[in-house]
Amino acid sequence: MTSLTSPTPTGTSAAADPDRIVRLRDAAYRIRRHALDMGEVQGQGYIGQALGVADVLAVLFGDLLRFRAEDPEWPQRDRFLLSIGHYAIAAYAAFAEAGIIPAEELETYGSDDSRLPMSAMASYTPGMEISGGSLGHGLGVATGMALGLRHLGNAARVVNLLSDGELDEGSTWEAAMSCAHHGLSNLLAVVDVNGLQADGPTAGVLRIDPLEDKWRAFGWSVRRVDGNDVAALVTAVDELTDAPTAPSVLLCDTRPGRGVPMLETREKAHFLRVEEHEWQTARDQLLEGHTR
Amino acid sequence: MTTATPRTKLTTSAMIASFADPDQRTTPAPFGHALAALAEDRPEIVGLSADLAKYTDMHVFRSAHPDRFFQMGMAEQVLLGAAAGMAEVGLVPFASTYSVFATRRAYDFLCLDIAEPGLNVNVVGGLPGLTTGYGPSHQATEDLAILRGCPNLTIVDPCDSVDIEAAVPALADHDGPTYLRLLRGSVPTVLDEYDYRFELGKAAELRTGRDVLLISTGLMTMRALQAAARLEADHVDVAVLHVPTIKPLDREAIVRAARPDRLVLTCENHTVIGGLGEAVGTSLALGGVSTRFGQIGLPDEFLAAGALPTLHDRYGLSTDAVVARIKAELNDRAPWPADPSPPSA
Repeated sequence: MTSLTSPTPTGTSAAADPDRIVRLRDAAYRIRRHALDMGEVQGQGYIGQALGVADVLAVLFGDLLRFRAEDPEWPQRDRFLLSIGHYAIAAYAAFAEAGIIPAEELETYGSDDSRLPMSAMASYTPGMEISGGSLGHGLGVATGMALGLRHLGNAARVVNLLSDGELDEGSTWEAAMSCAHHGLSNLLAVVDVNGLQADGPTAGVLRIDPLEDKWRAFGWSVRRVDGNDVAALVTAVDELTDAPTAPSVLLCDTRPGRGVPMLETREKAHFLRVEEHEWQTARDQLLEGHTR
Repeated sequence: MTTATPRTKLTTSAMIASFADPDQRTTPAPFGHALAALAEDRPEIVGLSADLAKYTDMHVFRSAHPDRFFQMGMAEQVLLGAAAGMAEVGLVPFASTYSVFATRRAYDFLCLDIAEPGLNVNVVGGLPGLTTGYGPSHQATEDLAILRGCPNLTIVDPCDSVDIEAAVPALADHDGPTYLRLLRGSVPTVLDEYDYRFELGKAAELRTGRDVLLISTGLMTMRALQAAARLEADHVDVAVLHVPTIKPLDREAIVRAARPDRLVLTCENHTVIGGLGEAVGTSLALGGVSTRFGQIGLPDEFLAAGALPTLHDRYGLSTDAVVARIKAELNDRAPWPADPSPPSA
């Protein structure tokens, strides 16, 4: 399967193409469902983040990235770099939805000898371009990939998924400056702004605002959207990737636990606890919300 | 205001200093020229630097192949991260900065972006060990100690221009990450006088000798050879085993050369902690070689600023210091320190 997207013509509202939105919302549902199933296998996982970022991943894998599911090393593929290794559970769910790994394999998540370790590693998983986890690495590697691909005349795009907490790392800003300096219009950074990091709300750990102004001041094209609004995401991605002249960043405000009211309203924590008996309830709530 | 006549300035603690002896044969910018020449036939080779192209001899490559040189600014984390990204898409990057920045500041990026995926990225570190009078900010006295623990990484400490010219293509050919301790500027040319050819991962006995074995790396091989020549006049027979590859270490050659009947001393332009000396000591112990063993290297301290010859004398790296150390060791022939007295009951 090759995902070759026909971008919506500029100026066309994504809302004008309801089929596209429905298709991506369905994909987001299945990504969330996969994530819940994986979470249940291990009784843990960064389920809050996975549910929060599912719409973003659905749009990226269902609408933007060019790849061949059966050939993850295809040289012309767009590179998807997951800086945030702990979001592996979300990435595996998206890979399964995209057909890069079989959905049946998801039940091995986090188990010994699985290709799907709790923290993402490139050498383990097809489609995983880098080993994230030590935060602040993804955008630097993306910089080199984008420079290299352009140098080689390869039209592939580089997409780096970061988190807002990761913006604490100075290396992210070294890379941000570098991308702009080198005019890397073939690079898109996507930031999951969920306002949460290990020690608490981002606003209290290390203030990152004004977020849009920062990126703009670093020379980037910036869009900020509700990262749980598929139509808004599609519109923003279309705008950013239509003949870009600079590196682009999509700031996505997301809600951890999105799609499962029980988890969405739970006290916000970097590592969301889910009791054993709650997984089925979570699945039921997810389905209910999706079909409503 | 003092009116005293200023004394002649004999020394300088400038950043860029040459360790070549006066009148020594040198070769200009051997790294830059070797890389530029290699890139003629190898379109995948690219060069990067972090605002130090001019000071790491990368400017030679930049002039020869401007389309393949990438200026990353004074940002070593993205320098190494981006080099990894370039290797991921099929290029063979050489990324240069000073050793202190590549190892102390950007180690996480060298380790996780380059070494863990096993990418063919060649990190080139200028001012290794004590090759600048600028003080601890620029003296990479512990770069080998930092990097030896990094899996996958090949580490080369060349002696001179001959080593560098041969190492550059060897490192490019090596399918994995490497770190080269760069000697820059006018680099001594020494090893062409010996029956020697650089081979990655191999140690080479440059001269034989009955009394002492010097196991040396980097520029200290040059000093070891000079010391051996001087001691010849005193009828001291000194062998020199040159170990340009620090990792993987040629343990077999080291154990084979370290016969128990001669004094074994390691010589390195690096702290005595965690560099060649300790690696050789471990090799000898594991190899069951029981011999008198010592280390010539930098002390475990932050070093002073000053002129390089002064500092090399003070910290034991000059030829004079090496000769004196060998003589002292030979004059103190007690093979092992006496056992400490047992504590009284």
